[in-house]
Amino acid sequence: MPDVVREGVFFLKGKDFDNAGAASSEIKAVLEQMGVDRSIIRRAAIASFEAEMNVIIYTPAGILRYKIAPDYINVVFDDVGPGIEDVDLAMKEGYSTAPDFIRDMGFGSGMGLPNIKKNADELKISSQPGVGTNLEFIIHIKKINEAPGNS
Amino acid sequence: MTLNEIKEITEAEVLTNNSDMNIQIDRGCSSDLMSDVLAFSRPGSLLITGLTNETVVRSSEFANMKAILFVRGKKPNTKTIALAEEKKIPILATKLSMFEACGRLYIKGLGSDN
Amino acid sequence: MKLQEIVDSLSLEVKTPSSDLTKEVTGGYVSDLLSDVIANSKEGHVWVTLQTHQNIVAVAALRELSGIILVNNKIPEPETLKKAEEEGIPIMVTSLPAFEIVGRLYALGLRCR
Repeated sequence: MPDVVREGVFFLKGKDFDNAGAASSEIKAVLEQMGVDRSIIRRAAIASFEAEMNVIIYTPAGILRYKIAPDYINVVFDDVGPGIEDVDLAMKEGYSTAPDFIRDMGFGSGMGLPNIKKNADELKISSQPGVGTNLEFIIHIKKINEAPGNS
Repeated sequence: MTLNEIKEITEAEVLTNNSDMNIQIDRGCSSDLMSDVLAFSRPGSLLITGLTNETVVRSSEFANMKAILFVRGKKPNTKTIALAEEKKIPILATKLSMFEACGRLYIKGLGSDN
Repeated sequence: MKLQEIVDSLSLEVKTPSSDLTKEVTGGYVSDLLSDVIANSKEGHVWVTLQTHQNIVAVAALRELSGIILVNNKIPEPETLKKAEEEGIPIMVTSLPAFEIVGRLYALGLRCR
């Protein structure tokens, strides 16, 4: 397995809408600094953002860990939320368990998980109702430019 | 059309400082739900929305929206405006309804994501 | 103009077979925020949204809207269709995005007043 180039971790606080998206924004900035292809950055940013929003909307707290290697981006979300009863059902576009007040904030239209799946190359979700959810996605990237002097 | 023309057509005010009003925008995307914007929008559009929380600016960043037009007389707070300035996303605000704003822009030639 | 004219000229798919499409449409409203629609829409408006949850029928009935147009080929939930038939609220679907369908409604002469 190739060496990891950049990695980071973020604490995600539930219902903290003021900072929602900040973690994914930083990941996007790192990818831009690294010169990754724009379309891949878009996919990674959207997938990360949707997963980040899910943690913030539905759970009390979670952790985001990312690893960026020359040929892949890996992002893992671990939360202590209510868990997902039926993952297959949750993956259907339009299916939502959002309470009404969330809909009025502009979220909860049931597009989150389908959006992640659409943008990621690999997606793994494991969840225990009452305990929490672990979501991991991987996006493959073309070899990015190495820093001068490294080969 | 230019951002300046969009401003004129929708009688909007510009809320961000140092925004380039000459940028060309060819498409409009209207929604109050950000996940759908992320799923369906094409990069480089004008986002037209009535939702003013910070997540709108983040979503615009991820969806590569060129500018945001807030409708229904809604305005974001200063923190949100500051974030938009940092991300170089111009923010406009109009008192018009979303229907009226979209309608006017459409008949003046702004395309859609279709 | 009547709802039927809008359905025909914009090629909308009607999802509620028992709908009364002879309803007179007084204008248009576009929003995905239910509280906003409750506060600001007017009787007889046709409502453009991408929300598919059954709440939209309650809102449309409350505000006496002439119908609901779902965009981006959104599929209304079965509960939503059931309620819509009960309440007599026509639900129509378009493959177009909101900006485009609103633009066309505006071009047909509808306003938001």
